[in-house]
Amino acid sequence: MTQSQAEISDEIRAISETYAGGESQPRLDYPPYRSSLLRHPTNDLHHADPETIELAAPVFGQRDVDVLESDLTIQHRGEPLGERIVVTGRVVDGDGRPVAHQLVEIWQANASGRYIHQRDQHPAPIDPYFTGVGRCLTDAAGTYRFTTIKPGPYPWRNHHNAWRPAHIHFSLFGTDFTQRMITQMYFPGDPLFALDPIFQSVVDPQARERLVATYDHDLTQPEQSTGYRWDIVLTGSNRTWTEDGDPS
Amino acid sequence: MTGLPVTPGQTIGPFYGYALPYDGDSQLVPPSHPQAIRLHGTVRDGNGAPVPDALLEIWQADAEGNVVRVEGSLKRDGYTFTGWGRAATDDNGSYTFTTITPGASAGGVPFIAMTVFARGLLDGLFTRVYLPDHGSDALLSSVPEGRRGTLVARRDRHGLVFDVALQGEAETVFLSYPRA
Repeated sequence: MTQSQAEISDEIRAISETYAGGESQPRLDYPPYRSSLLRHPTNDLHHADPETIELAAPVFGQRDVDVLESDLTIQHRGEPLGERIVVTGRVVDGDGRPVAHQLVEIWQANASGRYIHQRDQHPAPIDPYFTGVGRCLTDAAGTYRFTTIKPGPYPWRNHHNAWRPAHIHFSLFGTDFTQRMITQMYFPGDPLFALDPIFQSVVDPQARERLVATYDHDLTQPEQSTGYRWDIVLTGSNRTWTEDGDPS
Repeated sequence: MTGLPVTPGQTIGPFYGYALPYDGDSQLVPPSHPQAIRLHGTVRDGNGAPVPDALLEIWQADAEGNVVRVEGSLKRDGYTFTGWGRAATDDNGSYTFTTITPGASAGGVPFIAMTVFARGLLDGLFTRVYLPDHGSDALLSSVPEGRRGTLVARRDRHGLVFDVALQGEAETVFLSYPRA
């Protein structure tokens, strides 16, 4: 029953070879990711003109998010193990407008590739000084910024000897409800990219690259942390925008 | 269509449970609120099996049909209606929100906007929860009659029931929003 990596890689390759272009999102029906088999809709998504509530997004503010929640390395009484990193970037819509003062949530494994979640039975050490959950609000320019630990890759049971490339989960809101997105940020040059059916479910190679952060030495702080930049583009807003940039 | 190339979505995965849910997430109003209703249902896969690792979010107008724009969804004070909530499914694939019935906004039939995330689902899905006594609506009319019912909640003693089928005969109508 359990396939080898070689069999999964063959499936990934076969799908990639028949790709005709024009896709920018993951395929919901992507058999190499076995859990998607019974969990993808088989009907096409139904086109809707967004209206009323869909043209707005929930509002979050300082009452919701403490500024300290953006630093995942100071949530406990000691320093977490691993490579301290800064991850920052801008959240913009499809027209390049900043998504300002909006909620960004992240969660991730620790440096050993272990999640705090009880369902994670990977026998790598839990770090008592690292939970792996952060939140922040973007600023007026749409910029978010987290200080955290570089997560490790972790094994999963999609197939025999399956390993996820290191990633940070991102949960994002836009200015419209229709822009709501959850995704994953990866690190450059990960040798597991080609083997991972979740990453490869984005069949378009250029779209896939947009999930990968860039190492940025200007963000690296002496004696403190290395830096990664990852900009996020949500789908376009359907609202009518006035010239000064305020949604009407 | 012009614009910047969008960042793709990815599955929420199995381990969001310690990160995204929070105290009061699914209670847009307290159950003691005089107008409180329960919106609940079950998320199922293509075999009809419950999906115990799904996360649903709702976004809706207030009882008068106003789109509210106030903070406080993550730290509820028990008095402010923010219009937004989040609920993870339990081991039976069931979810529950406590909310109020949305009023009609100008030019529209009231509905609750819903997003669905789950392990095994490679990108989030959008749908609408219409009230049982909905009036004429352009989107509902555009959906083939045989599937229209998947967008309409049914009433029970405490409020509304809305089941989500990711796949299968009763597959929920999920929406995409091409740019106007």
